[in-house]
Amino acid sequence: MKQFRRFFVLCVVTLFVMTGTAISSETIKLGVAGAHTGDLASYGLPSVKAAELVVKNINARGGVLGKQVQLLVEDDVCKPEVAGNTATKLVSDGADVVLGHICSGATKAAMGIYKDSGIVVMSPSATNPDLTLTGEYPNFFRTIAHDAVQAQLQIKFATQVLDVKTVAVLHDKGDYGKGQAELAQKYFTEAGVKVVLFEGVTPGAVDYSAIVTKVGRSKPDLVIWGGYHPEASKIVTLMRKKRMDTLFMGGDGVKDDTFIKVAGKYAEGVYATGPMDISGTPLAIQAKKEHQDAYGSDPGAFFDNAYAAALALLNAIEKAGSKDYDAIVNALRNEYVDTTLGKIKFDENGDATGIGFSVYRVEDGVFAEKKM
Amino acid sequence: MDLEYFFQLFLGGLTRGSIYALIALGYTMVYGIIQLINFAHGEIYMIGAFTGLIVSSVLTMVGMPIPAVVILAAMAAIIYSCSYGYTMEKIAYKPLRKAPRLSALISAIGMSLFLQNYVLLAQTSDFLPFPSLIPDFDFWEPYAHIITSPELVIIMTTVVVMILLTFLIKFTKIGKAMRATSQDKMMAALLGINVDKVISVTFIVGSATAAIGGILIASHIGQINFYMGFIAGIKAFVAAVLGGIGSIPGAVLGALVLGWTESFFAGYISSDYEDVFAFLFLVLILIFRPSGILGRSETQKV
Repeated sequence: MKQFRRFFVLCVVTLFVMTGTAISSETIKLGVAGAHTGDLASYGLPSVKAAELVVKNINARGGVLGKQVQLLVEDDVCKPEVAGNTATKLVSDGADVVLGHICSGATKAAMGIYKDSGIVVMSPSATNPDLTLTGEYPNFFRTIAHDAVQAQLQIKFATQVLDVKTVAVLHDKGDYGKGQAELAQKYFTEAGVKVVLFEGVTPGAVDYSAIVTKVGRSKPDLVIWGGYHPEASKIVTLMRKKRMDTLFMGGDGVKDDTFIKVAGKYAEGVYATGPMDISGTPLAIQAKKEHQDAYGSDPGAFFDNAYAAALALLNAIEKAGSKDYDAIVNALRNEYVDTTLGKIKFDENGDATGIGFSVYRVEDGVFAEKKM
Repeated sequence: MDLEYFFQLFLGGLTRGSIYALIALGYTMVYGIIQLINFAHGEIYMIGAFTGLIVSSVLTMVGMPIPAVVILAAMAAIIYSCSYGYTMEKIAYKPLRKAPRLSALISAIGMSLFLQNYVLLAQTSDFLPFPSLIPDFDFWEPYAHIITSPELVIIMTTVVVMILLTFLIKFTKIGKAMRATSQDKMMAALLGINVDKVISVTFIVGSATAAIGGILIASHIGQINFYMGFIAGIKAFVAAVLGGIGSIPGAVLGALVLGWTESFFAGYISSDYEDVFAFLFLVLILIFRPSGILGRSETQKV
């Protein structure tokens, strides 16, 4: 009897060990990390749903490299101090690639652990420029445009298409507006364009004639505005009323139909950068429908980006033909993949090409996309 | 060039000061008579602008010529704002006339929040375009880069309103009654002046000037929303205090000083610190003249 019991225990243990090894060799493990509880859960949960939908589709079609894909979902609450543990857990559970994290701070905190373990990470939402631009994390990729993309696009358009030599940078003193303005100032200076004026204005002031007069005196070729549309329309209106035809360019805070409605005829000719329109991409429409069918609601924040990231990661493994780190990175950089954001691949920094922002110009009361 | 720049800033400050003055008059007149800081006054200015927008859009739609639209919209705005000012006084301030002054002040703040949210709900939270009611004059075109026609109209209208107001207060019977009431309410009542009526008239006149300011500035900057009265109201209140609250020439002077301070500091130093300089200047003036530039010193008022 005693011997039988021993044998039984041995059997169970062996079975367990065998199952464990069987799964690790038979499946591809896709880690999903991000805020799934707490204040910022609404940013993280749509990524989990996107991953579930993508994995369900791919498994139904026979998986990746003939193996089924398994999800490992870990919560980091968007906190840098938690994200390290989340990453360690995913690494020790044997994740092959990771979709995440959601917040820039948490992503930064976790990246070192993934880098040491040679795991490719792709975030659908971390927009801090340093994550890719410093080159510190060669294993990091993202399917969202980083914060400096707009400023870089503005500078490229201004110098190459508009051929400006001097520029005045105005902002609304807020986090968003001043941040944009500071990036613009930095990149313009680097590009050899002279920044003749860099000033903040008070939002909601009765009028802006003093600052407009000041812009008139410094005679820039272009005014760059960092901020939202109400002040932009006041400033543009006043500039035009004072017979100044200086070019004017804003960011996605200006690319809002209210701007055209309020500034009316004075809005004509104003440039603004804004996100590319992806709602017509066939996969985006399909993904939205899948979400509605599966969960009975419209997808949340960064869903399209996360869906695209999950597709890109699994496609890269398929194209690489193995779970080898170098092969996956190589595939991500060289193979185009059809996603919810359109056809994308990744540049040497890890930023997706072919997504992000376009320059628009107000023409006949609508924002018309300008090709460079 | 530099002289031209100076003039541009000077005229810009004058325009801004004129708007502040039109609003500040309401604060200072009400304070002069019932020692109440009417915090809802900025909202009267906002309501004037909204009425102007609604009436002018309707009239433009039925195809009225521009000058008729301007006059009718301005009249409607004035009448509407005046009735709001009158009603406000009857509802929120008259029942509290004998109450401690703090209660009336709280009532005024409540009125301000009420009116803001009322317009927010009844109209929209969005920014609305306001038509340029004041056209660009052809003859002014050579000078338009220094000062635009709407700015010119703002300054001239303010001057006209000031002259009319001075006339009203100095040479009419109701003006005399207002002066008497502001000096001593009890004595004025004993002499047969209808104090309630005088207070109502004060609110009406103050609201009318605010409505004119609302229409002028809205058509100058081309947009309005429910929150526009708040900052303008605060600045005008500062102007009234700067000039000496309760004094009408003081309010005008204070408003112009504030307008110029902001304009010149923004033009020659930095617009980042525009408000900092404006309020620093206020502090400095109040240190040396605690009751404002033209204010009489009255120790017992606060």
